[in-house]
Amino acid sequence: MGEFKVHRVRFFNYVPSGIRCVAYNNQSNRLAVSRTDGTVEIYNLSANYFQEKFFPGHESRATEALCWAEGQRLFSAGLNGEIMEYDLQALNIKYAMDAFGGPIWSMAASPSGSQLLVGCEDGSVKLFQITPDKIQFERNFDRQKSRILSLSWHPSGTHIAAGSIDYISVFDVKSGSAVHKMIVDRQYMGVSKRKCIVWGVAFLSDGTVISVDSAGKVQFWDSATGTLVKSHLIANADVQSIAVADQEDSFVVGTAEGTVFHFQLVPVTSNSNEKQWVRTKPFQHHTHDVRTVAHSPTALISGGTDTHLVIRPLMEKVEVKNYDAALRKITFPHRCLISCSKKRQLLLFQFAHHLELWRLGSTVATGKNGDTLPLSKNADHLLHLKTKGPENIICSCISPCGSWIAYSTVSRFFLYRLNYEHDNISLKRVSKMPAFLRSALQILFSEDSTKLFVASNQGALHIVQLSGGSFKHLHAFQPQSGTVEAMCLLAVSPDGNWLAASGTSAGVHVYNVKQLKLHCTVPAYNFPVTAMAIAPNTNNLVIAHSDQQIFEYSIPDKQYTDWSRTVQKQGFHHLWLQRDTPITHISFHPKRPMHILLHDAYMFCIIDKSLPLPNDKTLLYNPFPPTNESDVVRRRTAHAFKISKIYKPLLFMDLLDERTLVAVERPLDDIIAQLPPPIKKKKFGT
Amino acid sequence: MAALEEEFTLSSVVLSAGPEGLLGVEQSDKTDQFLVTDSGRTVILYKVSDQKPLGSWSVKQGQIITCPAVCNFQTGEYVVVHDNKVLRIWNNEDVNLDKVFKATLSAEVYRILSVQGTEPLVLFKEGAVRGLEALLADPQQKIETVISDEEVIKWTKFFIVFRHPVLIFITEKHGNYFAYVQMFNSRILTKYTLLLGQEENSVTESFTASVDRKFISLMSLSSDGCIYETLIPIRPADPEKNQSLVKSLLLKAVVSGNARNGVALTALDQDHVAVLGSPLAASKECLSVWNIKFQTLQTSKELPQGTSGQLWYYGEHLFMLHGKSLTVIPYKCEVSSLAGALGKLKHSQDPGTHVVSHFVNWETPQGCGLGFQNSEQSRRILRRRKIEVSLQPEVPPSKQLLSTIMKDSEKHIEVEVRKFLALKQTPDFHTVIGDTVTGLLERCKAEPSFYPRNCLMQLIQTHVLSYSLCPDLMEIALKKKDVQLLQLCLQQFPDIPESVTCACLKIFLSIGDDSLQETDVSMESVFDYSNSVHDEKMEEQTEILQNGFNPEEDKCNNCDQELNKKPQDETKESTSCPVVQQRAALLNAILHSAYSETFLLPHLKDIPAQHITLFLKYLYFLYLKCSENATMTLPGIHPPTLNQIMDWICLLLDANFTVVVMMPEAKRLLINLYKLVKSQISVYSELNKIEVSFRELQKLNQEKNNRGLYSIEVLELF
Repeated sequence: MGEFKVHRVRFFNYVPSGIRCVAYNNQSNRLAVSRTDGTVEIYNLSANYFQEKFFPGHESRATEALCWAEGQRLFSAGLNGEIMEYDLQALNIKYAMDAFGGPIWSMAASPSGSQLLVGCEDGSVKLFQITPDKIQFERNFDRQKSRILSLSWHPSGTHIAAGSIDYISVFDVKSGSAVHKMIVDRQYMGVSKRKCIVWGVAFLSDGTVISVDSAGKVQFWDSATGTLVKSHLIANADVQSIAVADQEDSFVVGTAEGTVFHFQLVPVTSNSNEKQWVRTKPFQHHTHDVRTVAHSPTALISGGTDTHLVIRPLMEKVEVKNYDAALRKITFPHRCLISCSKKRQLLLFQFAHHLELWRLGSTVATGKNGDTLPLSKNADHLLHLKTKGPENIICSCISPCGSWIAYSTVSRFFLYRLNYEHDNISLKRVSKMPAFLRSALQILFSEDSTKLFVASNQGALHIVQLSGGSFKHLHAFQPQSGTVEAMCLLAVSPDGNWLAASGTSAGVHVYNVKQLKLHCTVPAYNFPVTAMAIAPNTNNLVIAHSDQQIFEYSIPDKQYTDWSRTVQKQGFHHLWLQRDTPITHISFHPKRPMHILLHDAYMFCIIDKSLPLPNDKTLLYNPFPPTNESDVVRRRTAHAFKISKIYKPLLFMDLLDERTLVAVERPLDDIIAQLPPPIKKKKFGT
Repeated sequence: MAALEEEFTLSSVVLSAGPEGLLGVEQSDKTDQFLVTDSGRTVILYKVSDQKPLGSWSVKQGQIITCPAVCNFQTGEYVVVHDNKVLRIWNNEDVNLDKVFKATLSAEVYRILSVQGTEPLVLFKEGAVRGLEALLADPQQKIETVISDEEVIKWTKFFIVFRHPVLIFITEKHGNYFAYVQMFNSRILTKYTLLLGQEENSVTESFTASVDRKFISLMSLSSDGCIYETLIPIRPADPEKNQSLVKSLLLKAVVSGNARNGVALTALDQDHVAVLGSPLAASKECLSVWNIKFQTLQTSKELPQGTSGQLWYYGEHLFMLHGKSLTVIPYKCEVSSLAGALGKLKHSQDPGTHVVSHFVNWETPQGCGLGFQNSEQSRRILRRRKIEVSLQPEVPPSKQLLSTIMKDSEKHIEVEVRKFLALKQTPDFHTVIGDTVTGLLERCKAEPSFYPRNCLMQLIQTHVLSYSLCPDLMEIALKKKDVQLLQLCLQQFPDIPESVTCACLKIFLSIGDDSLQETDVSMESVFDYSNSVHDEKMEEQTEILQNGFNPEEDKCNNCDQELNKKPQDETKESTSCPVVQQRAALLNAILHSAYSETFLLPHLKDIPAQHITLFLKYLYFLYLKCSENATMTLPGIHPPTLNQIMDWICLLLDANFTVVVMMPEAKRLLINLYKLVKSQISVYSELNKIEVSFRELQKLNQEKNNRGLYSIEVLELF
């Protein structure tokens, strides 16, 4: 199949931000996740947990609360005191509105979805009416004496529970006055702590209020009488989050020790009607604080400081015991943060607030499989480019020739020209960017680096001609009338004639760059596109979807290729379909047109279209090289999927030249090493 | 139990009650309605359930009612006497008493008496009695004088005895009391003198009477606060003769002797009387109900506003004047039984009922009734054909087995059980085993000599029994001191209560060595420790260091010197097993059994101290054996684990520390255990220290695997 020199890169010092909030939307089966840097991500749980959308973060916007309201409208609130609504079509922030109550700690949408409640630093609880295009302040509830850290509506919408420091208040929504004030015990294991912070409350329809607090307790209160009914001490540290299932028969709490506890309402005896809450299952999937939990009908979802999003299906709720019933741990973004200049062997790394440019090293030695070759030249850190302003970088790209770098934030688009003089690099910003190039969701250079393709968040695709140190706007493909869907993925053919663009849900559009018109649209598929690329010479568009299907579409013929039809007919190997990370990058071998190179976070694969496809009986992945088997056996067992799992977690892999690959890994241990230390637990003795 | 219910006031209208209270409360012909006559001019008809008056009649100004109004049950009319001689008769429709029937009598009337089922009687103050009808026929007829001069009627009552009206009235003359009984069927008047007995100077305050077949039981409440009873025969032996009757004390000190207000007494039923009065001189007035049979106070109710000392009882209502208003207290006496009082249900066992099997077979659907039976039958037939076991076709083997158990000899039962077990895979295997064991145990209990040990052993080894299925099994085994069976139970049953575990432990520790030698206990958990004694001495030093147990380094222990004096003794003690192997096997079974500390601890306290020390010695020995090898396990097939050993040492010491610490022979053991704990603590603290170093090592190890941040490698894809 082939022998490659692989540049194994581990100096991409990427650390994902900790997860602050998760919000599950039952209607669309989507999960919104907000991180400590203000990034908000949308995962489609129906589409194999694919992260289909994201909203870049902002330094001053620490999200403290996230919720869905009015069906599928997403709101967040944070310590800057603003409530924001996100436009899930255009992928930008619709508006931000100051609640005038200081930092906002909590937010909850009413059961009907028409009202929004926020809890502020100054102890006020504010009610907002959700109008079709905005939100409108309605009134304040009785002001409390300390910050409101958690809120929960009674399912009937008549009362709310608000967790504060040392107490929980129950408000009557109609009058806005506090009906009960339930004081939480500060005692912790017999020692009086300074304060007891009520991190989370949940109001059940029978009037029970469940609270979780910094003393490690889960407590049940009767809101009618304001009395404590039951108390569970479950942790030596804070219990930071709670989420209740819609049926109110189970709930989940997360602790600062990284443990998630499942509570279930079970009958006291096997055939009695009397039920009680019982702590049923503990899960330890996190090493750090579990800051937030969510309860979907079939799974417990948790996230926290250790940056993992964990989706733990409840086995009793899963109907079919397939791969969906397995635990999911999502750590890395489902998009590419790395671009590569093949000609100059450069890698551009994208961080939240800066870019890093590295030049790969070289070697003259050769070796056999598995050898580490001595370096004649080590990798160089060429450039550290910091962004201006508080906004996170959305996307970035380096041109194949290595002389252009482009990146974009929410409000500005930057283009730099690089000059190489021996070992020195000079960087020059191209000024006077046109107004329409304000914000880009995806940037791509053509193979010959003469054209720049920009997918703007207005749905338009811009083509810019680059020559010398200047640029010229050539054309803009406007979105089809009536749609505002943003394009998130771009692919250009090596000959520069075709441009493919994909949005989050609609099909892939293919444009003819020479004639500047829409060439065709690939038939829409149920699952979002995770990666695509156009093959040289044949101009076949290869598309990977989140359900692990791969299609090959011939652009000139405007139809699926024969190979793609064969694959669809025969189906993929079941192990291929059961992978749980999406394919994030596709590339081709310039000399071997039958090969497709692709990778996800845990494997790298070359698909050889000339070989037969594997069926479910054949071994998909064989980690050991065939040794004493005859050529006949080898040929008989050989199949199209050549897989390597040596490099993981794999964030990027591309072909530099015919015999050289670059693989960017990010070991989890390196990420953990950069996180704050977790709560220490003794291993030995008592 | 007799009980007074919540009182209620009949009218808010203040009755014009004089200092003597009301004239009377009488029944009317309707059950719920009562005639109340006040001491002035008014008669009021009350409906009690509605608490309101239905009618009210008054005599003219200047006239005064002298005799309470009664109802003539035969006509439904009301009769009243005013100004001693004037009789008035009216009914509900009449409004004005002036305009109703009037008859003026020739003598003064004491009282009109009326009971259901007969015409009213008029008792004149002179003691003469007339029927109302006879009187009305000639109102001016001459009324004779019955009682002597200065004799005054105090109290009267009218009964129906065997459908014959009987009138009794009590008179008083100079402190002497006389009872007159008038029989109307024979028109006989009998006079009795009531003898006072000891209490000469007391005055009788109140009377009540009840009829009991041959006697009228006349109860009187005296001023000394006691109730006396006088039995008056209804049919006197010699009516002409003046007879005397003796009072007998019935209840002592029911009310305070020197009560300021009047007291009243009324019989409620055969056994109960109600007494109105203050129980203590200073206290407020009370209505109390006494059971005269048991001489107990049943209930009482305080009446703080005072009463007039009058009490009437009709139906279920007690009437009295409480303060200024007429109060009604409903009284109930429900039949009570001791069982009811204790909350136990009477349940009769029907000896004829069929005994239902205690065991439910979960593997076959329940509730199918006959269908289930049939299918089971057919299945069994099929199987029988297959394996060709010759059995009587009608009787299934399980039933046959059960019948065998009830009758046959041990040998025969054993054979049958073995036969049944050979068939094993019947669908109702569990239930049959269960029933068999219960059957056997029942027979064991019935016949002390019957003890089918082998059978029981076999049944236990089927793995389907548990303690809760047959709690008697272990009880019997404990009684018989059958350690082998107990060991088997401990090994097989998952749910033995802690008390039983402890009872087993007691037996295992107390049973004599010689009797143990004879038993055939399972030895698989015991390794033959004596074999390893030879190479022990060589290993000793290293083994101790390995686990951080190093008595030589223990400097702070002042008992060390004492110990060091006899080092030979020590080694001997620590290296030889303190119990015989059989006992060790039994104790291991205890160590393996499941328990809950809180339930076990109280039972452990009952074990004698020398047995505790023996067990501790054995456990300590096991611990030493454990620490001999690096994996901290004991040799053998199913040995106790280190955790089990440690837990039991802790438990035993927790339960019996004060006892053990006082025993001189346990001293060395305790010192050893103390050192053991100390060494454990130091080991763990060392481990905690080492953990940090280990982590650093781990990091180093990771870095070694980590081939730097950048490398160029060769990859060949096949």
